[in-house]
Amino acid sequence: MCTLEKTDDNIFVLTLTGDDEHRLNPTLIGSILSALRDAKEQATSGSVLITTSRGKFFSNGFDLAWAQAAGSKPKAIERLHHMVELLKPVVAELISLPMPTIAAINGHAAAGGLILALSHDYVYMKRDRGVLYMSEVDIGLTIPDYFNVLLRAKIGSPSARRDVLLRGAKVRGDEAVSMGIVEGAHDNEERLREATMSHGKQLASRKWDGEVYKEIRKGLYPELCVVLGLGEAEVIAKL
Amino acid sequence: MCTLEKRGNVYILTLTGNDEHRLNPTLLDSIRSALRRLRSEPTSPSSVLITTAHGKFFSNGYDLSWARSTTSQSTTSSRYRMMSSKLRGLVSDLISLPMPTIAAITGHASAAGMAFALCHDYVIMRRDRGFLYMSELDIGLVVPALFVALMECKIGSPKARRDVVLTAAKLTAEMAVEKGIVDKVGGSAEETVEAAVRLGEEMFKRKWDGQVYAKNRMVVMGKVLDELGFDGTVEEENGKGIGSKL
Repeated sequence: MCTLEKTDDNIFVLTLTGDDEHRLNPTLIGSILSALRDAKEQATSGSVLITTSRGKFFSNGFDLAWAQAAGSKPKAIERLHHMVELLKPVVAELISLPMPTIAAINGHAAAGGLILALSHDYVYMKRDRGVLYMSEVDIGLTIPDYFNVLLRAKIGSPSARRDVLLRGAKVRGDEAVSMGIVEGAHDNEERLREATMSHGKQLASRKWDGEVYKEIRKGLYPELCVVLGLGEAEVIAKL
Repeated sequence: MCTLEKRGNVYILTLTGNDEHRLNPTLLDSIRSALRRLRSEPTSPSSVLITTAHGKFFSNGYDLSWARSTTSQSTTSSRYRMMSSKLRGLVSDLISLPMPTIAAITGHASAAGMAFALCHDYVIMRRDRGFLYMSELDIGLVVPALFVALMECKIGSPKARRDVVLTAAKLTAEMAVEKGIVDKVGGSAEETVEAAVRLGEEMFKRKWDGQVYAKNRMVVMGKVLDELGFDGTVEEENGKGIGSKL
């Protein structure tokens, strides 16, 4: 499922465990949400979150097989909507997490899996393996509203967004860097882990106040906060 | 405080004195007064405004020590509200100014000082000294929505905006050009102002109608104008001050 550990340098590492596709079904989504809330509870100044995975996949998106196992088309669609709705609080939790966040994409990240990755402040991937892929156009699904808003908030180039959404582009490491989707692409798993840890420690050493960091992050993505229901009311109440 | 002079066909507004040019009510009023004088000049053909500063700082932001130099929490809150309100008035004045504007940055521009710089149509920055620095994260303050709107208008890349806001990056001129924030790098302080004057003279030759220029700029920067009514970091929606972390 997923585990949360804390290193000696105050870095939380959330790992999607197991050698499978880490499909975002209600169980895994619930597990991730729970881990994020634990990290939030234990946050102090200088905390950082790194999210990563084991195996060939970061996450291959929603669990369509589970949806289809519902028996009928309307029931399958209902299950799919359910997963779309369940992932939203995970994205909201990441956008309002009181610490900097890094995704170390250790494998393929598709659809909801890519959204999960892009919900982090910094994203790294491997150069040799793994693609980023919004598969929806290829498998005949439309894009949920908050996915679109997140992609607009994080990917600046209109042609990059078009290639990702309308061409179903399978983007590898170096291309993802040049399209402005990720910070960096590293040669292998070991290098990826080192680079991510090193960046994490550097961010932790700034000892920022987590509540302030979180409010500034929310202010940076105002449209996203609206669609996630992280409205102004929360900002004011906090202050 | 600040002076306004005409050089050739362009105006130069200078923040004088060797201090940090903190945006307290006195300086903000002084700048707005200079801009009001500018408005009474003929607007067609439109002139050009260059804003610059003496000394090591362009502007180091709000006058936080003035706001806090009182024992009353409510006086501190109202001082923040006053500076925020006057800055928003200044932003409105700059966005509706009937002539192109150039910021010739010859020193550090931080927080509200950086926002003030970003209100200008063009930014030319000195190569060898000074940072652009959205310092709020480092000093435990929240960046106002107005500043984010300015950055969305002027800094195109989400990653650049994230670096500016979420890492409180200290940007030299060359880093700022790379991130698309600064248009041009000037050599020394004098050379930076001269480059701004040259650019200004080029634009003067285009013989634009200042009123039309201003109206177009207001359309382009519409999202910034939307944020001028209210600053959530200094007040609540019902107009009351916040006993904030400030």
